[in-house]
Amino acid sequence: MKSKAASAPYLVWMVLFIVVPVLLVAYFAFTDSSGAFTLENIARVGQYSNVFLRSIWLGALSTVICLVLGYPVAYLISKSSLKRQSVLLMLIMLPMWMNFLLRTYAWMTLLEDSGLINSFLSLLGLPPFHMINTQGAVVLGMVYDYIPFMVLPLYTVLSKIDRAVVEAAQDLGANGRRVFLRVTFPLSMPGMISGVTMVFVPSVSTFIISKMLGGGANLMIGDLIEMQFLGSAYNPNLGSAISLVLMVLILICMGIMNEFDSGENEGGGMMI
Amino acid sequence: MRKAWKAAALAALVFLSSAAVPAAHAEDGEESAPLTGETIYVYNWGEYMADGRDGSLDINTEFTRRTGIQVEYSTFDTNESLYAKLVSGGASYDVIIPSDYMISKMIHEDMLEKLDFSNIPNFQYIDEAYRNLSYDPTNEYSVPYTWGLVGIFYNKQYVTDPVDSWDILWNEKYAGKILMFDNPRDAFGIAQKRLGFSFNSTDEDEWIQAAVLLKEQEPLLQAYVMDQIFNKMESGEAWLAPYYAGDAAILVESNENIGFAIPTEQGTNFFVDAMCIPKGCRNKSGAEAYINFLCEPEIAAANMEYIGYSTPETAAKELLPEEITSNPIYYPPEEIIENSEVFVDLPEETALQLDALWAEVKMGGPGDAVTLIVTLAAFLALYLAIVVYKKVKRRREQ
Repeated sequence: MKSKAASAPYLVWMVLFIVVPVLLVAYFAFTDSSGAFTLENIARVGQYSNVFLRSIWLGALSTVICLVLGYPVAYLISKSSLKRQSVLLMLIMLPMWMNFLLRTYAWMTLLEDSGLINSFLSLLGLPPFHMINTQGAVVLGMVYDYIPFMVLPLYTVLSKIDRAVVEAAQDLGANGRRVFLRVTFPLSMPGMISGVTMVFVPSVSTFIISKMLGGGANLMIGDLIEMQFLGSAYNPNLGSAISLVLMVLILICMGIMNEFDSGENEGGGMMI
Repeated sequence: MRKAWKAAALAALVFLSSAAVPAAHAEDGEESAPLTGETIYVYNWGEYMADGRDGSLDINTEFTRRTGIQVEYSTFDTNESLYAKLVSGGASYDVIIPSDYMISKMIHEDMLEKLDFSNIPNFQYIDEAYRNLSYDPTNEYSVPYTWGLVGIFYNKQYVTDPVDSWDILWNEKYAGKILMFDNPRDAFGIAQKRLGFSFNSTDEDEWIQAAVLLKEQEPLLQAYVMDQIFNKMESGEAWLAPYYAGDAAILVESNENIGFAIPTEQGTNFFVDAMCIPKGCRNKSGAEAYINFLCEPEIAAANMEYIGYSTPETAAKELLPEEITSNPIYYPPEEIIENSEVFVDLPEETALQLDALWAEVKMGGPGDAVTLIVTLAAFLALYLAIVVYKKVKRRREQ
């Protein structure tokens, strides 16, 4: 009983600010501007399939890059001495102290045709390299902004792995590689899952990075939704429908991720 | 905007205190009007009213001093966010300053109060050219606050061709150095004027033709941007960009390589921001007093001098320094204005079409429902496959 009472404030919060808004989104998605039921909004979402595909592709790409870059970092941090760990973690978090809009803005100055990188290249007599307003620049921006969300959960899980388990594997004759592949890696799965989720979800729905680094032509779902609510297209019903489809998509993706997670925990991973 | 105006505003202070509003300053010694306990709520664009910074006149304080009515001032950044706020009913305002097409939308949706012009005698100063515009044809709901035109900013160093038509934004010679509006109405407007169509067309085919033109332009563009044009033009990153005259005039002043031209023959967009009173206001007479106050030529002049837009009042224009009023960016010749067009609200069907076409332009092609459904189905199938596979495996293990 006691534990239930303690969670009441959050429950109230959740109902008020999560459940009710989601219901409102659903209500708007299935009604027109006069409030009558319609499926037209959902049907209209289809014409933005390109935006969805592009967002999923760019989001997935940044997530994979974050994972590939972030895993070794998290692993090395978890293996270093406690004192150094806090310093390294601080360094990972440091960029997050600054507003993310500003950091993206700084990338703009770096990547522009007459920006810092290209000025430096021309100083060395090298040909300019076109970077801004491309999909690559958008992915770069997302990786830069979201990589801490990958490293931190991975680190947390990796540093909590019981040393005894690793030692047991070593006692049984496993070499370093084998220990990592059969013990550390499977045990770090929950961290990977939450890292992937925490990077993929905001990447897919980001809206300002694509605007600033993608030159507006690399429209993503977030931009599309923003256009429906704050932009010139003002159409909250269509915006809600797009959000709803995006929500379904993300739910399915998270479902897939969770299956991997539980599979490992139940020992399924060991069987493969 | 403020930086460029610092010098001008300082000059204005001297100018104001000496000649233009002797009344305002002579009254310094006098007692200000006692507070009436009334308050009006004003909702305006950001950075769109002189507030006493850089030596400008603090409009709202001055109003309170004269009338005893207090002003609760807040700002918005797009017409749509203003609209959303009013529709949701979350707040009530007494005076709002939306743009032309939003005013016509609000009139259609019965969101504005008719003004009582007997309380706004200063409406007499508004020039004939700015009355009864198509967004408010009978001029019952709005009083113009500022106006301006859309033109092309270009870098004289690199752009060698004459800039006298919108065609230059399609010139392959400048590929990768051209910027375009990142909002559908303005972007389509340029294509429409190039094709000789009206901004407010309801002909589906005309919009499609404009979209085709914009799709042709897309590979030549550096980016779709709004406010970023200031940085990109100034650093030389981009050479050509259409933009609002008043807002971007700072560019021409700060960088002598940047020129500004309005395509006279094809015509351009003439935009007006006007003061209105929304339905549900709580102090209509106070709001009308405020509108009347802003129309007072001395006040309007002091205000325009700070915000840098053009005034619809000749009486106010005459109080502004010569260097501003003779500048064609702020006050272009008559025939350009005559050849320009105002945005009005589009019917819902057209608005939806525009929205879809805009996404199509930016995506390089139309999307289709089948692809989206297949994608969703593929993800769902993958999920189900994993679940089923695991169940089968578990059963076998048992």
